[in-house]
Amino acid sequence: MPELDPLLLSRIQFAFTISFHIIFPSFTIGLAAWLMVLEGLWIKTGKQIYADISRHWIKIFAVSFGMGVVSGVVMSYEFGTNWSELSRLGGNVIGPLLAYEVLTAFFLEAGFLGIMLFGRDRVPKWVHFFATCMVALGTTISAFWIISANSWMQTPQGYRVADDGVLHVTDWAKVIFNPSFPYRLTHMVSAAYLTTAFVVSGIGAWYILRDRSLPHGRIMLGMGLSLIVWLAPLQLIIGDLHGLNAREYQPAKIAAVEAHWETRRDAPLVLFAWPDTKTESNLYEIAIPNLGSLILTHEWDGEVRGLKSFPPDERPDPVIPFFSFRIMVGIGFIMIGLGVTGAVLWLRGRLYTTRWFLRAMVMASPLGFIAVLAGWFVAEVGRQPWVVYGVLRTADAVSPVPGGSVLASIALFVVVYGIVFGAGVYYMGKLVAHGPDETPPEPGADTSHRPMAAAGRP
Amino acid sequence: MTATAVEMSQVLPILLPLIWAGILALAVFLYVLLGGYDLGLGVLFPLAPSHRDRDAMMASVAPFWDGNETWLVLGGGGLLAAFPLAYSVMLPALYIPIILMLLGLILRGVAFEFRFKSTRSRWAWDLAFSGGSTIAALTQGATIGAFVEGFAVTDSQFSGGAFDWLTPFSAVTAIAVLSGYVLLSAGWLIMKADDALREWAYGVARYALIAVAFFIAAFSLWTPFQHPDIAARWFTPGNLVMFGAIPLLTLASLAGLWRGIDKRQRYAPFLWGAALFLLCYMGLAVSLFPFIIPPDITIWQAAAAPESQLFMLYGAVPLLPLILGYTAYSYYVLWETPGEDAYH
Repeated sequence: MPELDPLLLSRIQFAFTISFHIIFPSFTIGLAAWLMVLEGLWIKTGKQIYADISRHWIKIFAVSFGMGVVSGVVMSYEFGTNWSELSRLGGNVIGPLLAYEVLTAFFLEAGFLGIMLFGRDRVPKWVHFFATCMVALGTTISAFWIISANSWMQTPQGYRVADDGVLHVTDWAKVIFNPSFPYRLTHMVSAAYLTTAFVVSGIGAWYILRDRSLPHGRIMLGMGLSLIVWLAPLQLIIGDLHGLNAREYQPAKIAAVEAHWETRRDAPLVLFAWPDTKTESNLYEIAIPNLGSLILTHEWDGEVRGLKSFPPDERPDPVIPFFSFRIMVGIGFIMIGLGVTGAVLWLRGRLYTTRWFLRAMVMASPLGFIAVLAGWFVAEVGRQPWVVYGVLRTADAVSPVPGGSVLASIALFVVVYGIVFGAGVYYMGKLVAHGPDETPPEPGADTSHRPMAAAGRP
Repeated sequence: MTATAVEMSQVLPILLPLIWAGILALAVFLYVLLGGYDLGLGVLFPLAPSHRDRDAMMASVAPFWDGNETWLVLGGGGLLAAFPLAYSVMLPALYIPIILMLLGLILRGVAFEFRFKSTRSRWAWDLAFSGGSTIAALTQGATIGAFVEGFAVTDSQFSGGAFDWLTPFSAVTAIAVLSGYVLLSAGWLIMKADDALREWAYGVARYALIAVAFFIAAFSLWTPFQHPDIAARWFTPGNLVMFGAIPLLTLASLAGLWRGIDKRQRYAPFLWGAALFLLCYMGLAVSLFPFIIPPDITIWQAAAAPESQLFMLYGAVPLLPLILGYTAYSYYVLWETPGEDAYH
């Protein structure tokens, strides 16, 4: 029986737990911002419908947020349990960034979440609005620090390496605002908003198709689509800029993403291939000549480095980045297409009656999550074999923990996350199926005859 | 100007680790106190007199559990940031209990949302809440025991085995911490519950108090016997006078708690319980200071670079009071628990 490799197992565990985790922030960052807008509209216009929608979605938010919190706590300990050498050598740099996340974001979210979820009838309207704003602000600040830490690991600067291998910060501004940070942050926040917009508009479309909660469904679809139509194309531009940045700082990642083995000035755009590491070439390649150079360098004959120009132990395996990237971009184009189609239908006054489009929106509601996951696979697998790019190898970052321990913990995470995820999706589905309540009764009204299951406070 | 700069560069590496050890100690204490009553409720959950009482117990903490748990995240994140060496030794050493604790916290954390939305499967989330809370409380207790006993370190890395943490001593501290959490949660219920449940909580508090008193006594005897350096720390004549207040105040808190239960006082049991935890905590600090990885590594050896600790301090100084402020506000606004049907 082969020795259990703690490195490979730790990578699998981290990939699994962080993939699970990222689903929820992707949703709650956008959802918190949307709830803030709804609460604001309610205060400004006094229209009850905004409060009804907000009341309904806050319950869904609560489920998603809870799963995000518990899976996030895991992340803050896994740096030590599984990547203790990264923590020891890089703690001076990433430690403070993560600590600032806790101090500026986690507490803000947690402190005001209680009021947001439980305080609606116990505090003045504006305090509830303020609490919602603070939760939304907290989720965004959280993204700021986490993306900063991640980006620093992708494009490190502002540090020096001491004799004992420990990294020391020489310039905090350079660490926080490292080269890939602005692109990654905007790309991720925009992805979170798109993800939420597709869920919200998809569910709105579902209500319209089912001919129920019509005014609510229309607002959901309308608000979601208004965001998608602008943000989906913008996301393509941000992504392109992000790619240019990666080409400058992480050329091996770009070579892997594009499945380019040779360095050339007329690099093709590979639409499909199976990148074969053994022969260092592509099997079954379908490619468009020169388009690769044009996209990556914005010049017809710009030079694009191939994987072979990097030593074999300094390049990522291209298979996962290559396919993940194509999934992400493909979804991006579907999103743009749906946004434009929706806008055209809306202008013609047929948005709420075109059933095939409504069905398409329902089916598209999980697309954002898939794109986010695919994008992170590009970023994280594409930076291998480095955990801090060019500075610390993933293989040198792993904890001195036996493989058996890690295998056991993976098994437990899979079982527990499986149960939690299944239940979470099920209960969120139940909340969606129940739909928004139109006119909430006075607080304290007797609700004992109703199952709390579906409604909580009706 | 230059002279001051030189002095600062000499003082900071000595001072900053002390400040950060203090901040982290505060974070861990707040977690033990807030997370303690929170987890203790889960331990007591299956024993509660009725379904209605279980609903009330859960509703009493539902708005706060997330904030309570954030102190644990600050404990972990802060340890990484302020003492990376300690973090990178302790967590691999405690791999199994930490993972089990996290899984326990996941199960009991999601139970808050899921339980109130379920009908047929409510029993499963009751089980997740109580089971998860109990696992988390036990593993935290075992972690403290393992911490006191120290970790094998070679070349700045943990060099022991996967089950080094599991010893008779850590098994006892696991049960001890569990009893302490139950005591705190009984105190919490006495403050928050209605009459019938409160009466039940007084009874629980009495049993928990007896257990806690027993464990404090056992712990106070066991550690000095097992660790001569800890014995020397306490029983040096000068120190005995200085630290003697801790055991005396502990006795006073035990008596105060007993009396509070007898007299059916409303807030005293929780507050005395909190005082008890604080005193045990201080006793532990006296025993172990300045070691962060007993028996060899001090807070100065494990400290992050001064520029990293200083950079964080700029944020922590204004933010921690603000955090304590809005946490207190949230407790104030949401203090009165509405009926158990009032979930959001």
